[in-house]
Amino acid sequence: MSTETKSPAPEQPEAAAAPEPKPNFMRLFGRYLTEANSVMVTVYSLLLAFLIGAILLIVSDEYTRSTYSYFFARPQDALSASWYLVRDSYLALFEGAILNLNTLDRFAAGTADFGDVLRPLSETLTYATPLIFTGLAVGLAFRAGLFNIGAQGQMIFGMMGALIVGFSLNLPAAIHLPLAVIAGAVAGGLFGAVPGVLKATTGAHEVISSIMLNNIAALFLVWAIGTDFLHSETKPDLVTKPVEDSAVMPTLLSSLNSSLRVNFSLVVGIAAAVFVWWLLSKSTFGFRIRAVGFNEHASATAGMRIGSTYSTTMAAAGALAGLAGAALSLGVGSGGITTNTALEYGFDGITVALLGRANPGGIVAAALLFGALKAGALSAQPDVPVDISTLLQAIIVLFIAAPALVKAILHLRTPRGGLVTLEAKGW
Amino acid sequence: MRLELKGLTKKFGSFTADDDIDLVVEPGQIHAVLGENGAGKSTLMNMLYGILRPTSGEILIDGEPASFSGPGDAIAAGIGMVHQHFKLVGPFSVADNVQLGREHTRGAGVLSAKAARRAVLDVSEQYGLALDPDAVCEDLPVGVQQRVEIVKALSGPKTELLILDEPTAVLTPAEITELLQIMRNLAEAGTSILFISHKLKEVQAVADTITVIRRGKVVAELEPTASESEMASAMVGRAVSLQVDKTPAEPGEARLEVEGLTVVSDAGVKVVDGLDLTVRAGEIVGLAGVEGNGQTELARAVLGLVKPDAGRIAIDGRDAHGRSPARRIADGLGYIPEDRGRDGLVSEFSVAENLVLNQYKDAPYAKGGVVDAGAVHRRAVDSIAEFDIRTQSPDESASSLSGGNQQKVIIAREFSRPRRFLVAAQPTRGVDVGATEFIHSRLVSERDTGTGVLLISSELDEIYALADRIAVIYNGRIVGEVDPGTPRDVIGRLMVGADAAAAEAGPETGTDAGTGSDIETSTGIETSTGIETSTDEDANGGDR
Repeated sequence: MSTETKSPAPEQPEAAAAPEPKPNFMRLFGRYLTEANSVMVTVYSLLLAFLIGAILLIVSDEYTRSTYSYFFARPQDALSASWYLVRDSYLALFEGAILNLNTLDRFAAGTADFGDVLRPLSETLTYATPLIFTGLAVGLAFRAGLFNIGAQGQMIFGMMGALIVGFSLNLPAAIHLPLAVIAGAVAGGLFGAVPGVLKATTGAHEVISSIMLNNIAALFLVWAIGTDFLHSETKPDLVTKPVEDSAVMPTLLSSLNSSLRVNFSLVVGIAAAVFVWWLLSKSTFGFRIRAVGFNEHASATAGMRIGSTYSTTMAAAGALAGLAGAALSLGVGSGGITTNTALEYGFDGITVALLGRANPGGIVAAALLFGALKAGALSAQPDVPVDISTLLQAIIVLFIAAPALVKAILHLRTPRGGLVTLEAKGW
Repeated sequence: MRLELKGLTKKFGSFTADDDIDLVVEPGQIHAVLGENGAGKSTLMNMLYGILRPTSGEILIDGEPASFSGPGDAIAAGIGMVHQHFKLVGPFSVADNVQLGREHTRGAGVLSAKAARRAVLDVSEQYGLALDPDAVCEDLPVGVQQRVEIVKALSGPKTELLILDEPTAVLTPAEITELLQIMRNLAEAGTSILFISHKLKEVQAVADTITVIRRGKVVAELEPTASESEMASAMVGRAVSLQVDKTPAEPGEARLEVEGLTVVSDAGVKVVDGLDLTVRAGEIVGLAGVEGNGQTELARAVLGLVKPDAGRIAIDGRDAHGRSPARRIADGLGYIPEDRGRDGLVSEFSVAENLVLNQYKDAPYAKGGVVDAGAVHRRAVDSIAEFDIRTQSPDESASSLSGGNQQKVIIAREFSRPRRFLVAAQPTRGVDVGATEFIHSRLVSERDTGTGVLLISSELDEIYALADRIAVIYNGRIVGEVDPGTPRDVIGRLMVGADAAAAEAGPETGTDAGTGSDIETSTGIETSTGIETSTDEDANGGDR
């Protein structure tokens, strides 16, 4: 009976395809470039951020600013000063993050070894590693519709968990290191589960509870470092005991040059990203996470347990953040941890997850970008204000969060499925 | 006002929503525009009301071309619109809602409550629309809220044409009768009315002329004397069977037993109040009632999403107490939720993923915690063929499907696994005629295989078409169980709370539900229809 119905739906293939001209690669590519799809919005956000960063560099530099006071008399002064300032600043960031051209020259001349050439990259990867974990911690929770602001606190507990196992046991490295890493994941996971369980059982909003737990974790760390159990036996300042050598993450490239800090936790980070990708796209648990994240009502109607999904996802997210903590406390040269070791990696994980659109591959890429900005800014100071990296990060995320703005500035076309905004649900 | 549309066309990219529409509304005429979901009715109205600009074509008002750049222009030109979803500020009074956007002031931005109240009373006297200007809108019954909308539309500077967009979707039978009378009175007073609907009976009862649109084109101009099947065929473009073929039921053992079920809402109200109901194998029990009388909570309690505060539910002879929704589903409970977008589908998921939404953990779709994408895909290909789901591929997201096809995805999901008992809540809401026909026949064949079916519907036509037994719910209780031969007005009175004896006794003891209506053309099973189509996902989807 109804098999002979003609569908009234507008999206009939013949209707949609008919007016399209013959597809041609350059044409399609051109269309893609001028379309506000999520990839191009990301690319344009980066470009726009560097453009605005350039303007801010010019405005904030006293000498360059002074050349503008006689702009109409000698515009070339102001323009060349601006050009050199921007060029030198971004070049310094590039040299600190990816490849130092001077070192390359010295390497060619034989006065520097290959390890020196790799040093900027090593720094970038070192700063990127904790961001991969915290980005995944926030991103995984996003997929379940949860906004995990608590990665910072989860990471701090992971740091302490790994540290305690790292210094209190005396085992062969093959057992000790994995055990310390697992301890970090477990500690972070338990701490991360708290907001999930609170949400599942009492309806407490995970944003509120995880923000508060961040404060609890940070202050707990300050107190804990001062206790006899954790405090360094040799140094008077606020620093913990170092982990045993058997629990230190092996470096990857120190055979080339001892200053190359990048260590095995990068490998763990990549593996974690692959695992999260597999979990989300292949496993039944990931199916449930995504279903609950998109539509908890339909998921409940289909018999899924929403509360337990929230709890387990938050525990898994906490474990990932805990791994970031383990990477920090077990990293080389960590003569114990201080209140500064955690930096803002947990909070930066939120921006990384947003930039990577809660997608493991994107998160790794975003973490590398942020790691590069951090490494570049640290190495380029004091010539370039160190805040430039934070500033660029902020502008990038601002644009990505407002695709309509990028679309309007650059007059891009709306893609077929509409603009993609950041999937920060949970509010 | 004489409204004329000449060659009105609206294109969205390569898709033509309205194609060369010609239409004339004479002064004092009720002109019905009939069409399925997505036929282009809403686009047409949005152009008329200045929300969308036509790609080409003209709107002529009393012979003069008009061009609207927003609803403000349309209102100034004398067009008023009553939207399907009311645009009222709940906590505001009737007078405040009516003056919204053009407030009566005493100058210098000081509101004049007196003038606002006066204005409402003027309009309601002029057209005989009784309204208390001081009543708070959210406390009013839906039918009265709609009257507020009508008064609001009529209060424009010189409203002479009223657009009513699917006005009966949310009304009870009695309220519908009343609305149709109001429309006739307005037309007699000289107001032209453009009446958008897909409900054939109402159109037949009230329209002077009927224009049928299909896929953006005017396909027929009909007289109200046209038969329902003529109208339906014009709408769908092929002969439609308005009748569901079914044999008498052969009820077996009880599949659902509800005893003394009480559900208290978060607000502390008893939404289900000591409800008793039994559904047997091989029968369809239609649960008739005005929405919001506890049907939603009953269905959710049967699935296990809400915990009963008292009473007992047994599914397939097993006490459901302590069994999770997942367990009940696995034991053979099928569930078609009333709010498809909210409870039925994960719209971002693909069609294939939605088809296994409640079986994704079970063999053959998963092994050892890993989803077998191949098995899911094969299942989707099979279901798409069997249930005639119109989708470009199994990987297309559910949101890209039309309402009817989305509903077919849910039906396919529930009908492709072993089931003993089925709850079907508003199974054809927002679904076009063709899909309704299909869903109805599937429900009947489901019954014939021995499944017990609880059909929850606010459309009496649907209940009449399918039910072997009708239970009427009011205020969380079953107020009457009748056989499907019972006249419409009796059930109508039960639905608004008259007790069974009074309802049987006839119109004079009941409410006004039975008075003055040519719409209540004694619909027994023989004229039963499946023609209710769209109401979109309204009603309960708003709180997210």
